[in-house]
Amino acid sequence: MGLRDRLRQGGSPEDWDALAARVPYGRFLGIGIVPEGGGRFHTRLAFDEKLIGNTVLPALHGGVIGAFLETTAMFQVLVDAESEHLPKPVTLTVAYLRSAGPRDTYARATITKQGRRVVSVRVDAWQEDAEKPVATAQGQFLLAADTSGEAVEPPHSTRSR
Amino acid sequence: MSGPRALDLVGDDLQLLVSHVPHARAIGMSVVDARPGHIWLRVPWADFLVGNPETGVIHGGVITTLLDNGGGAAVMTALDELRAVATLDLRIDYMKPATPGRDIVGYCHCHKVTRHIAFVRGTAFHETPDDPIATAAMTFMVGASRTLPGLVRGA
Repeated sequence: MGLRDRLRQGGSPEDWDALAARVPYGRFLGIGIVPEGGGRFHTRLAFDEKLIGNTVLPALHGGVIGAFLETTAMFQVLVDAESEHLPKPVTLTVAYLRSAGPRDTYARATITKQGRRVVSVRVDAWQEDAEKPVATAQGQFLLAADTSGEAVEPPHSTRSR
Repeated sequence: MSGPRALDLVGDDLQLLVSHVPHARAIGMSVVDARPGHIWLRVPWADFLVGNPETGVIHGGVITTLLDNGGGAAVMTALDELRAVATLDLRIDYMKPATPGRDIVGYCHCHKVTRHIAFVRGTAFHETPDDPIATAAMTFMVGASRTLPGLVRGA
């Protein structure tokens, strides 16, 4: 049984660590995965001085928040979608809602539309209170083409089968 | 009554525009050139910046960081005086994967400043902005807090 199938069935802590370890820049930032049972998870960005963008406030770098949201979305797509490969980000829109202070940050992704080639994902990041997100993002990810030969489905087509 | 402009303050040492940002230092970011409202930054390829080890392609988040940092710096150089700048919204479109082993340049242009908001377009590329790796549209809050940018302190 492959890693993704094990994760979908709950996964061991080592399985989730193996998923987190697949993205070197995510590892450099300090992104870990917190399993919630039943194949669900959220991510944790452990605070480190090197993540700071504004030393005066201080606040985490906006780019780091963007990278954290994008990585969290990629993990969610990898677990949910029918591809063993990391998806390719196509576009990501991040709204910065509050200054992210010098502490741990968490994020959770939700698949809003699972297409055959493109997956739409929403991601929310928070620090001390999940009801007060520091940032939220919506992204589109292209699945790696390991089901070649199939026609690309236009985003808004109404398939009749 | 207005204080110094960012570019007057840093003088010939353009690196001061990003060297006060810890995460910019952490990924090896440097300033290639800057003039009012425009900035060119560079990030050298490094294995710890990779997003997908199967391909060796740099993580999209590194490009987000490059363009977000460039956006904030472009706004600072466009303002008549130093003011706090904070990212409000950022949309990034990835057009082609960055080539493994090559530096990435980010060019940002602050094309409009209003009383509270600054608007920036950014492009990441290897050789020329006509062949982009990614483009971004960003908005920044100007004067979001009473603090001044860290470059004042040379922090």
